[in-house]
This record gives sequence, structure tokens and C-alpha cells, in this order.
Amino acid sequence: MTAKNKVFANESYNYGVVYRFSIMTVVWGIIGMTVGVLIAAQLVWPELNVHEFLTYGRLRPLHTNAVVFAFGGCALFATSYYVVQRTCHVQLFAPKLAEFTFWGWQLVIVLAALTLPLGMTSGKEYAELEWPIDVLIAIVWVSYAVVFFGTLVKRRTSHIFVANWFFGAFILTVAILHIVNSAAIPVSLTKSYSAYAGVQDAMIQWWYGHNAVGFFLTAGFLGIMYYFVPKQAERPIYSYRLSVVHFWALIFTYMWAGPHHLHYTALPDWAQSLGMIFSLVLLAPSWGGMINGIMTLSGAWHKLRDDPILKFLVTSLSFYGMATFEGPMMSIKTVNALSHYTDWTVGHVHSGALGWVAFISIGAIYYMIPRLVGKEQMYSKKLIEIHFWIATLAIVLYIAAMWISGVMQGLMWRAVNPDGTLTYSFVESVKSSYPFWFIRFLGGALYLSSMFIMAYNVYMTVRSAKVSKPAVPMPVLAIA
Amino acid sequence: MTNELLPSGWAWYIAILTVLSLLACLWLLKSNSTRHEVKDQPELHGSNQWDGLHEYDNPLPKWWSNLFVITVVFAFGYLALFPGLAVLPGMLGWSTKELYRQEIATAKAETDPLFNAYLNQDVATVSQDKGALQIGGRLFQTYCVQCHGSDMRGSRGFPNLVDADWLYPSTPDGIKTTIMDGRVGGMPAFAQQWSGDQLKNVTQYVLSLSGRATSPSAAKLGEATFKQVCVACHGAEGKGNQAIGAPNLTDNVWLYGGSAATIEETLVKGRSGQMPAQKEILGEARVHLLAAYVYAKARESATDGAR
Repeated sequence: MTAKNKVFANESYNYGVVYRFSIMTVVWGIIGMTVGVLIAAQLVWPELNVHEFLTYGRLRPLHTNAVVFAFGGCALFATSYYVVQRTCHVQLFAPKLAEFTFWGWQLVIVLAALTLPLGMTSGKEYAELEWPIDVLIAIVWVSYAVVFFGTLVKRRTSHIFVANWFFGAFILTVAILHIVNSAAIPVSLTKSYSAYAGVQDAMIQWWYGHNAVGFFLTAGFLGIMYYFVPKQAERPIYSYRLSVVHFWALIFTYMWAGPHHLHYTALPDWAQSLGMIFSLVLLAPSWGGMINGIMTLSGAWHKLRDDPILKFLVTSLSFYGMATFEGPMMSIKTVNALSHYTDWTVGHVHSGALGWVAFISIGAIYYMIPRLVGKEQMYSKKLIEIHFWIATLAIVLYIAAMWISGVMQGLMWRAVNPDGTLTYSFVESVKSSYPFWFIRFLGGALYLSSMFIMAYNVYMTVRSAKVSKPAVPMPVLAIA
Repeated sequence: MTNELLPSGWAWYIAILTVLSLLACLWLLKSNSTRHEVKDQPELHGSNQWDGLHEYDNPLPKWWSNLFVITVVFAFGYLALFPGLAVLPGMLGWSTKELYRQEIATAKAETDPLFNAYLNQDVATVSQDKGALQIGGRLFQTYCVQCHGSDMRGSRGFPNLVDADWLYPSTPDGIKTTIMDGRVGGMPAFAQQWSGDQLKNVTQYVLSLSGRATSPSAAKLGEATFKQVCVACHGAEGKGNQAIGAPNLTDNVWLYGGSAATIEETLVKGRSGQMPAQKEILGEARVHLLAAYVYAKARESATDGAR
């Protein structure tokens, strides 16, 4: 192929914004996880609630916002901007707007870190930020959509690469979710009330809440998977057909799954049932992504032995498969009757968050960082390997502790004496949970410590290096 | 079918959309399935290339397609049997309301005779029964600990039940009445009526009732106000009145705190406390056992105090 090495001499990829988002992914990851470790410690040692700004109730939403929207959000911005340019063979559309999304998003995060400890909250889980910040989020998000879809429109390839389907679905859906769920009536600059009331409010909240998982934490990160797994494995993606079926099935069925958060509540039975059956139907579409990622390694399994980045990427798919099996099981009404409101849910979320979302992001960041600064590889491969093993051990400690304490809590709460009274008072279940909360604290602390190794490795790689400006290569047809 | 979630007319829309969505999953699967087997050398899909990446055209894994179909078929079966399509109640007639009603009925049938047997004895007699006290203790640990604490010692604003000091009568019937019907305690606020000096003086007088006044002259001035106003509830000697739940001010036991600052705050802002009525929630039979348990514990603490 003669076109193979041809480039557009006067057009280069926009790596600057990707680089900034990548660095902030690591920074916010460390900050968000530090808050997580602190609140885990507060559960074990309640005396650590030293000041009202630093109480568990205020720091918990700060932790979730920081890890989901700051760490996860920056990872998604970084990877989507990187992938959409490279797979469209064109420079990022509207570079100034892209730069605005970076600074705008950082401002949102800083405002969250200030207002949540001050006690300003709308009280909606994973959507706690008050209305002025919600407005800013909407503006940044629409700008993000313009940059992303604008780049797609001016692409030089005939078809749109599969990763971009997922990024596109994620960007579009999160905009709708955020705007609908955050609709509120402001009463002052720092206080507003939801536009919905009663069970409708609960239903919209969990339609949002579960799709935040489905689109922010799943579709977006599947986009990461579809580029970085085949790149790092240097193999073609396993199946185009599978990607088509599982993409449409996934985005189609996730929309219905929210009511499983409201089993045995005031929500009408039929709506609860819909939440359950669509969660079960969601099992196969979710596993479609895992299969397509893992099978991409056929013929390249040996690379797993000595490539720690591939280890991160493939292990993340295993956790994705595990969490998306566990989720449908927990959505079954009778299973949910045991698991709901217990640590089991917390364990489930973290096997997805630490195992899937963070691992795929970490793998992608390790892949991108040296390329963004024009280097061959990370400063130390050995440190990536160490990061991987510490973090994996940390997840196992975390989720095993939460499984045991969750099932224990569920069983204790429902235990009844022959006279119809409860066998255990609530505080007895709290007391029995302490050992597991300590193990969870250890797991979290280990995971956090491994992130510092990453930060050091990234720092040593980018130190005294300049952001690279590679020329955009011409797209070529595959060799049939 | 009553529908609390949707405005009328939308139920059909949701139901039709539900069925279409499930059918769309099957159509999606069918239209992308092929008969050809996995080849040794998989073929690339089309001639597309993105940043050096390609896609193979491998068929959908058979077991995966089957799993997908099974879950969709299960979904249709579930929708037929259980409430799920917004317009149909489901063939089994199952509902969470009915499930709750049945569970409560079963539990009542099993345990009511046990509790009712105690109703024939008075609270004092039941309070001698070891088995009854065990049940009463478990009821307490479920329904009362949130305010009175698992050690029954209460906390600020929530009475200690084992300090031998009672706002309302500590007789078996008095305790039972408190739990059955609840109590509402109110201390009026005097910020409007009294001057700052008056508030300070009454505070000193109240302190003097438990021998803790720091300014005897102020206490003397406060006594006049006390004997005019406070006497109505707390009595001439400040020993309170259990008939209306007015606390004894001479025993140095405090519901909200006994420092000069807290007493003055009580005078300035007033207080209101509420013991919720349990008659409708627990029913008389269970309250009867709870009263016996609290009475037994109160007796125990009174003897401990005397010793």
C-alpha cells in the first residue's frame, strides 16, 4: 500500500486537551479515592468525623462525585478526544471549544468539592450538585457533544469506528439524563427543589441513576475498550456483528432497568417488574462487550504474560463480566429483598467501579501518556506491573469483605424469633459489620496507594517532555 | 387497574412499547445471525480501517445468542404471569400489597395467641414472667431503642428509663398509658414575658432547688417569679407533677441539661417533647408486654438506687 505512510503535512492531532484530561484523571483519581478511604475509615472509627464539613454524610457524595465525574469523567474526555480524532483521521473539531470543556469541567469539579462539604445539596443521589453547577454541567456537556460529533462529521473514513458509537451514545444520553433529572425550582443561589414529587421523583431519579451507570460508567468505558484493547493486543476486533447486536441491545434495554432500585417500594408493581425483566435481558448485551473484548485476544494470549497494560485491560473485562452477571441477579425481586440496603450493593458497585471502570481507564492512560509526549513507553513497565497486582489484591479484599458483610446484614435484618420479634437489633448488625468494614478500609487504602505508584510513573514519563503534535495520517483500506 | 405513577392513557403506551422493545431485541439478534461456522481463518468485515484497526466478521457465539433468547422468553413469561404490562394485572394475581397482607396475616395467626395470653394478666404480674420479659426486651430493642437507647438510658430530650426519675406515673398502668397513647410534653417559652434579669434570676432559683445556685441574692429575686408563674406546673416546692408530666426540679436529673446556660435556654425558648402513641402501630397485646418490660426494668433500677 503506497498510501500507508502518507500524512497531511499541515494537520496534526490535538493532543494538548487529551494530555490535560489524562493528567487530571490521575489527580482526581487520587483525590476521589482519598475521600473514599477517609469515609471507609469513618465507618470503622466514627470519631474521625471531626468537623461538620468532614462528616460522613457530606463526604460520601463528594467521594462518589469525585470518582465518577472527576476521575471517570476526565478519563472519558481524554480517551474520547484521543480516539475520535485518530479513528476519524482528522483533527479535533472546534479546538477552542474542546479547551473550554476542559476548564469548564475542572470548574464543575472544584465547585463540587467546595459546595458538598458546605452542605449544599439537592439530595438526589449521584446528582447532588445544586442548580447553578447543574447549569454549568449542561453547558460543558453540550460543548462536548459539539466537539465530538463535529469531529465525527468531518471524518475522513467512510464508516464510523465502533468505539465512537459507544462514546456518541454516552454523550447524547448523559445530556438527556442530566437535564431531565436535574430539573428543579431554585429558591436561592444554593438551594432548589426537584421539579417532581413523590414516586415520580423517585422513578426519575433512578431512571437517571441507573443510566448514569449504564451510559456514563458502561457505554463510555466500552468505547475505551473498543479502541485500546485491539490496539494494545495488536489484533482485529473479534466480531463486527457482535458489536452491532450488543450495542443496540445494550443502549435499548439499559433505559428500562432503573426501577430495580425501587423494589418493594411505593412504585407500582408493574414498573418494578419492568425494571427486573429488562435487567435480566441486559445480561447478554453486557456480556457481548466482554466477549468481543476478550476474544479479540485470540492468537495473542501470550502477550498477557509480559504486558501489564494488557493485564489491566483484560482484567477490567473480567470484572465487567462479573459485575454485569451480579447486577441482573440482584435485580430479581426475591434476591433484592435480601441484598437491598446492605453492603452487598456497595461491593457490587465497587467491583464495577474499581475493577471495570478504573482498570480500563488506567490501562488506557498508560497507553496514551507516552504517546501524548512523543515517547516509546512509560518510564517504568515494572511499576505498572506492581500497580496492577496491588490494585487487584485491593479489589479482592474490598469486594469479598462487602459480600460477606452484605449477606450477613441481610440475613440478620430478616431473622425473626418464634414470637415474631426481630432476632437482632439494628445496632447488632452494625457491630458485626466492623471487621469487614476494616478489611474494606484496607482494600481501599491499598488501591489508593497503587494510584500513587501510577502518579509517580506518569510524572517520570512526562517530566521535561513536550506534548507531541503528530501529523494526521491518511486513512488506508484494509489489506483483504 | 389503579395507576399511581402515570397520567391516565399512558399505560397502554408503555405496555405496547414494552412488548415492541422485547420483540426488537429478538429481531436484532435474528437479523444479525448467520448460519456459517467460525472459520480457522476469520474474515475481516468490509475494507474499513481506522487508525490501523480492523474488525473480524465472526458470527455471534451460539451460546450467547441462546442466552439472549432465553432471557427474552423469560421476560414474556414473567409479563404474562405477574403484573408488568401496565394494563394487565398478570395471570397469578400476585401483588406486593397482597404479599404483605398474607405475610402479616400468617405472622398474626402464629404469634397473636402467644401475646393475647398475657393480656389476661395485669402488667405487674406479667413483669414477673421471665419469658414475657424476654419478648418485651426484644420488642424494646426493635421499637424503642432509636430514642431511649439500647441501654434504656435515653439521651438529651429522650428520657432515661432506668434512673428512677419519672415524668409521668411509673405505675404499671401509667407506663402502659404512656406507650399506648403517647405523651406530649410542653414547656412554654418566656422570652417575651420576662426581662433578661428575670430570666437570670429564675435560672438561679431553679439551680438553688438542687442546691447549686451561684448567686443566692439573684435566686431570692427569682423565687418571687417562680412562685407566681412556674408554680402552676412545677408546684410550690418545684417537685413537679406527674399528672401533667411536669419535671421534678429538685432531684438534679435533667432531660435537656442542668447547666445554668441550658436552664436559661429552656426558659427562653421553651421545650416540647413527644412520645409517639404505639396503640395503632403495635396493638395493645404487644404494648402490654413492653409496659411489663419497662416496669420490671424500672423496679430493678429503683432497688439498685435504694441499695
